[in-house]
Amino acid sequence: MSNSTLPTKQRDHVEAPVLGGLGESVARPDGTLKVTGDFAYSSDLWADGMLWASTLRSPHPHARIKSINIAPALKINGVSAVLTHDDVPGSKLYGLEIVDQPVLAFDTIRFHGEAIAIVAADHPETAKRAAQAIVVEYEILEPVVDADYAISGNAPVIHDGGNITRHVPIIFGPQNLKADVVVKGEYEVGMQDQAPLGPESGLAIPADDGGIDLYLSTQWLHVDRGQLATVLGLPPEKVRLTLAGVGGAFGAREDMSMQAHIALLAMRTGKPVKIVYSREESFFGHVHRHPAKLRYEHGVTKEGKLVYVKANIVLDGGAYASSSPAVCANAACFAVGPYEVESATIDAYVAYTNNPPCGAMRGFGAVQTGFAYESQMDKIAETLGMDPIELRLKNAMVRDSLMPTGQPVDSAAPVAEILEKLRAMPLPPLTATTDGFDVIELPGGASNVTHGEGVRRGIGYAVGIKNIGFSEGFDDYSTAKVRLQIINGEPVVEVHTAAAEVGQGLVTLKGQIARTELGVQRVVVHVSDTQVGSAGSTSASRQSYVTGGAVMTACKAVRDEVLLYAMEKLGHLHPHLLHFRANYKMVNGEIRDGEGQLVSSLADLVKDRVFECTREYRHRPTTPIDPITGQGLPHAQFAFAGHRAVVDVDIETGMVKVIEMASVQDVGKALNPQAVEGQIEGGTAQGLGLAILEEIQVVNGKVKNPSFTDYLIPTVLDMPPVRSIILEYADEHAPYGLRGVGEAPTISSTPAVVSAIRQATGLALTRVPVRPEHITSTL
Amino acid sequence: MRLTCTVNGKVETVDDVWPGESLLYVLRERMGLPGAKNACEQGECGSCSVHLDGILVCACLVAAGQVEGAEIKTVEGLAGAKDLHPVQQAYLDAGAVQCGFCTPGLIVATVDLLEKNADPSDSEIREALAGNLCRCTGYSKILDAVRLAAVRLEGAGVE
Repeated sequence: MSNSTLPTKQRDHVEAPVLGGLGESVARPDGTLKVTGDFAYSSDLWADGMLWASTLRSPHPHARIKSINIAPALKINGVSAVLTHDDVPGSKLYGLEIVDQPVLAFDTIRFHGEAIAIVAADHPETAKRAAQAIVVEYEILEPVVDADYAISGNAPVIHDGGNITRHVPIIFGPQNLKADVVVKGEYEVGMQDQAPLGPESGLAIPADDGGIDLYLSTQWLHVDRGQLATVLGLPPEKVRLTLAGVGGAFGAREDMSMQAHIALLAMRTGKPVKIVYSREESFFGHVHRHPAKLRYEHGVTKEGKLVYVKANIVLDGGAYASSSPAVCANAACFAVGPYEVESATIDAYVAYTNNPPCGAMRGFGAVQTGFAYESQMDKIAETLGMDPIELRLKNAMVRDSLMPTGQPVDSAAPVAEILEKLRAMPLPPLTATTDGFDVIELPGGASNVTHGEGVRRGIGYAVGIKNIGFSEGFDDYSTAKVRLQIINGEPVVEVHTAAAEVGQGLVTLKGQIARTELGVQRVVVHVSDTQVGSAGSTSASRQSYVTGGAVMTACKAVRDEVLLYAMEKLGHLHPHLLHFRANYKMVNGEIRDGEGQLVSSLADLVKDRVFECTREYRHRPTTPIDPITGQGLPHAQFAFAGHRAVVDVDIETGMVKVIEMASVQDVGKALNPQAVEGQIEGGTAQGLGLAILEEIQVVNGKVKNPSFTDYLIPTVLDMPPVRSIILEYADEHAPYGLRGVGEAPTISSTPAVVSAIRQATGLALTRVPVRPEHITSTL
Repeated sequence: MRLTCTVNGKVETVDDVWPGESLLYVLRERMGLPGAKNACEQGECGSCSVHLDGILVCACLVAAGQVEGAEIKTVEGLAGAKDLHPVQQAYLDAGAVQCGFCTPGLIVATVDLLEKNADPSDSEIREALAGNLCRCTGYSKILDAVRLAAVRLEGAGVE
């Protein structure tokens, strides 16, 4: 249990050898192509005779389709095909966890922007005009747009089986405890968009064998393939996917968007078909972060020790399930945050509504609860008259603390150290508001709306927790094929996986692992495709862990085969190889024994042989959670990060300028420090965006701002310097001790910024994003 | 319509251009130069930044017909035969490239900034790049890249 004595933290030893590649800020292998403009993103592809696709989408959030007339579109010169649900040869529905979403709508429209028909034509503009020429007769229905109402039992049912997509209860410890002080709060999180800069896009090419080849952006090639095979009515081996360049993802590419559409059009026309969404269509074509209402009650002692946490969480899942069930479980599991508590009573619901579908986005359920529990911690501190950091330190998780699921956190949990380090970092100076100030530095910037008279400084802290890897008993694995051969007298290793590189740098890490494990300089990373086994999804911060683990395992298998072969060929000269093979090393293209004596160069030994091993890697198994009590061992690994935000707020205009973000995160082992910093800085920016800028405005089911003009992601003017400290407490269960990095910084960034605004303004601020009118209207 | 312009020093002529096409579309789909990117196609994200007669523009907002006879420089025209442009190299060295979709536009905008202001303050860098959205990096390493490029260009005596 945590108390005034801070937990002692030992720097855990990493047993795995760290040579050459690992631990260094190795440059991206795709970097040169990316800076010269030669890197082929999925929107850059071209094929001889290719057609362009366009989508017709519903202008209504809820309607019955009475008729669809495609004849006017077919009459347009240059149009090759117009398809509706009638043209889907296999399953008309798809979905990640629940198969409920039409490939093309039939009977009922359930959200604004739902795809109804698709067109292929010789020019993108022709395709767009043809799509607009399709005549759809609708019977407009009243949309269900409030998640509380949707699950109240009084609302119209959106899918058979009711509007509760999932309910996750957690009952932990003794119930109905009494506490000295009770603090209640109700919080709301708006709908955030992943807004990857690369639009949904791809190229489908029909193949001679009746199958299809697709080159596209996605987060998980094999789950796309499985869904496509079902929709197309093809055996999976006839659906071949290759990852094209991906312009960011952040969860937006976990569900299918254009995949089935271009495949259907290519198979119908017999020609390659390309699609590139406009930014507007991108907002309609992928799922978003779940908006949430979170009602909390904390019971605490007068000294600030948490006694119980009660939470009721309602997530708006929108029209289709996507990954809502898993998001709901995450919201429930992380509802208390990185704190110890004796008793927790949590109910998390995710609802079907006629709002846009919501699913995966960086942070995945833990972002919404992170805002709520950290807001509560600030409110408790204020109620008790305590320092908010002291309150958090008093309740901070340590190694072997229990999650509300009853699962022990059996690895480093340096929550207290994160908070202490954040507090100890030097603060930025106050923005000068007397002579010589630069208006750019003040809230409102170049708009020149203040000379500093209404500007108040605020400082806020927050800390968060997130799982790494898929949960609840999911068979979460990756596959790697590693090949060693001699090319032009030099050992060359090829690494082949199906893992999606979306910008995070896995492509670099795969090479670093192979270099380190096999002691070679030249590593070729094969393009990711479905010609090798599944890598699982590029999500849940899991790829370094799971695909990294697969590459490590396959490399070790290759090394073992090489050493066995060395034993066969050179055993008479090196009898120790027989019994002490594990002591032999492959370094700098050579095999050396335990004493460092040269056994052979790889080139001399391997000659024209090829050593190739394919291996799967799984993180340790997790278990489902009990459907009544929520108890179980649902998670493989936990990540912790914290932020300190410093803001200037102009209380007259409500403008907020974030002056600095400081971050401390435990990454287990920084396998590529520069890439780790990049993840922390980028995740911090997305959290800042949710705090003060980003929300998809949905009014009565209709999306009002599907553009970068009206949906604001942080610019370089909005984003302050990020000061970060990286902790490395190796996780003994993970390859190289690493801990997934990508999501944790997105959790604590948002509540830290809002906490700082609260300190500057004295306002409660229970909803994100905080908008200027939330600050000015209540003053 | 037929369109002739100079792109990266080379005269290019393309036929059958529909007058509604943007310069971005012509570069990407008709001239085989996909370096300028299509992230928003409404002038908000800067990922399609190119130089048009020496002026930094969003290629998505320029109609094809407006560039007849014009001189255009894209990200593909920055690197030398052997070496990357110092700004390109600085983006790599600083770790400013993740997904890379914003990178070509940012590099073109950075080149433009450093041509006009060899030693920009952080405030001036932020102002100059405010029209270029990046979703991956949080901009810290982009600022590092611009500072690094400025130092290297100054050291090399290049204006």
